Amino acid sequence: MDTKKAFLRTKFFDRMCHWTMVACFFLVAMSGLSWFFPSLNWLGSVLGTPQTARVLHPFLGTVVFGLLVIMFFRFVHHNLPVRTDIIWFRNVIGVLMNRHGDNLRIGKYNAGQKILFWGIMSLISVLFMTGIVAWRAYFAAYFPIPVIRVALLAHSLAGLALILLVIGHIYMGLWVKGSITGMLTGYVSRAWAKQHHDRWYEEKIASSSETPSKPHS
Amino acid sequence: MQSQDIIRRSATNGITPSPQARSHTEEVAKLIDVTLCTGCKGCQVACSEWNDLRDEVGENVGVYDNPADLTPETWTVIRFDEVEDESGKLEWLLRKEGCMHCADPGCLKACPSPGAIVQFANGIVDFQSDQCIGCGYCVAGCPFDVPRISKKDNRAYKCTLCADRVAVGQEPACVKTCPTGAISFGSKADMKQLAANRVEELKGRGHEGAGLYDPAGVGGTHVMYVLTHADKPQMYHRLPADPYISPIVRGWKEWLKPVGALGFVATLAGAFAHYVGVGPNTTEEIEHEEPVLPPSDETTSEERV
Repeated sequence: MDTKKAFLRTKFFDRMCHWTMVACFFLVAMSGLSWFFPSLNWLGSVLGTPQTARVLHPFLGTVVFGLLVIMFFRFVHHNLPVRTDIIWFRNVIGVLMNRHGDNLRIGKYNAGQKILFWGIMSLISVLFMTGIVAWRAYFAAYFPIPVIRVALLAHSLAGLALILLVIGHIYMGLWVKGSITGMLTGYVSRAWAKQHHDRWYEEKIASSSETPSKPHS
Repeated sequence: MQSQDIIRRSATNGITPSPQARSHTEEVAKLIDVTLCTGCKGCQVACSEWNDLRDEVGENVGVYDNPADLTPETWTVIRFDEVEDESGKLEWLLRKEGCMHCADPGCLKACPSPGAIVQFANGIVDFQSDQCIGCGYCVAGCPFDVPRISKKDNRAYKCTLCADRVAVGQEPACVKTCPTGAISFGSKADMKQLAANRVEELKGRGHEGAGLYDPAGVGGTHVMYVLTHADKPQMYHRLPADPYISPIVRGWKEWLKPVGALGFVATLAGAFAHYVGVGPNTTEEIEHEEPVLPPSDETTSEERV
């Protein structure tokens, strides 16, 4: 992409955080599903034998949590609710029906993406805390059995919710053409920015015209 | 016992049932008459000998329980409880603790590893240690706090009811060795009859609360007790009065699983239907204010797709 004309949307560090997390999350989610749905036991094979999967799952989960903590601090200021989010909610049907042209005053992330952000962050926190309680060989022995039972149920519930959210996230990436390229290369076209994030686009235009200025990405 | 004797295995879908050819096999039971137990711990020694276990020699913690708890290498422990009744009379209550071999085993329900926990046609619940992944779900599933995870190999262990001995027509090692005859072994029906006779005898001697411990909440057990105070089993080292698989474990295994499966189907089908119905969300690369230089071929194709 012609980077002079395109907008840098995601920096190299953030992209690496994202894709490293994707790799770890895939392995953790597959092994987790292999125990939640034992009929899909083969999913756990992504981590070797059932025993190695059991050993590696919590470590990889901790890596996912750590990367998400970093990403939380790097992305949170773009994901705070703003007044104009209400416009996106009112027009959500049109957004999903692929109607373009409405000026929805969308900043760097739309209200749906913000919900995803907070959903992922809260669910990974639940998964991390309940995962510690259930982590055999190291931590589980320090917790009473009734607490472990609650933790296992909450861990499964949060894991399911997170995987379903992530499926939605992946689908949105596949549906909105240009976004996966954006996450890989970091750059999105100006037209893409204008179409999907009009307010962010205007801010970028404004900051690039009045030089020098603070980057908004 | 052979694979044909396995009537239930962990983490196995109900639409693929285990072998049922021998499900007519008579259920066995171990009956422990606590009124005859002298706390000699001969059963503990016999268990270690037969099962070839070498637990570490521990320390005296001030009570007779030795070792102080069940461990991965101690599958049965005699519990000693000093209890005073209303009149202030001291009673020394002894109970041989170990796996109860539930008809509806919580460990088996919780286990996520296919075939790591099995139930044999005769009622014995056994851990197949080579299949164990060491997750500890069985610990959470058990209403009696019996399974123990080994620090050496991170696998779960518990009493096997000497499944290997029973398979060749012998009684468990603890039964064989008990010098007072406090432990009996046979068909579950016979053991219940034996217990009924003994309970009647105890009641005749003034033990009004005497009775059989064969809790219905877990479908009955294949290790049963004759208790002097069957009305208050908690007196015997917190033996639960009404054990059952925790509703949290049931909710996790019986409710959340189908709901989760439905969630997956709905999400994937919804996404697919949306794409097919609405079509891809593309961007027209036209800019009015400033004509964008044609980006490299790669990007063009990417963004037009």
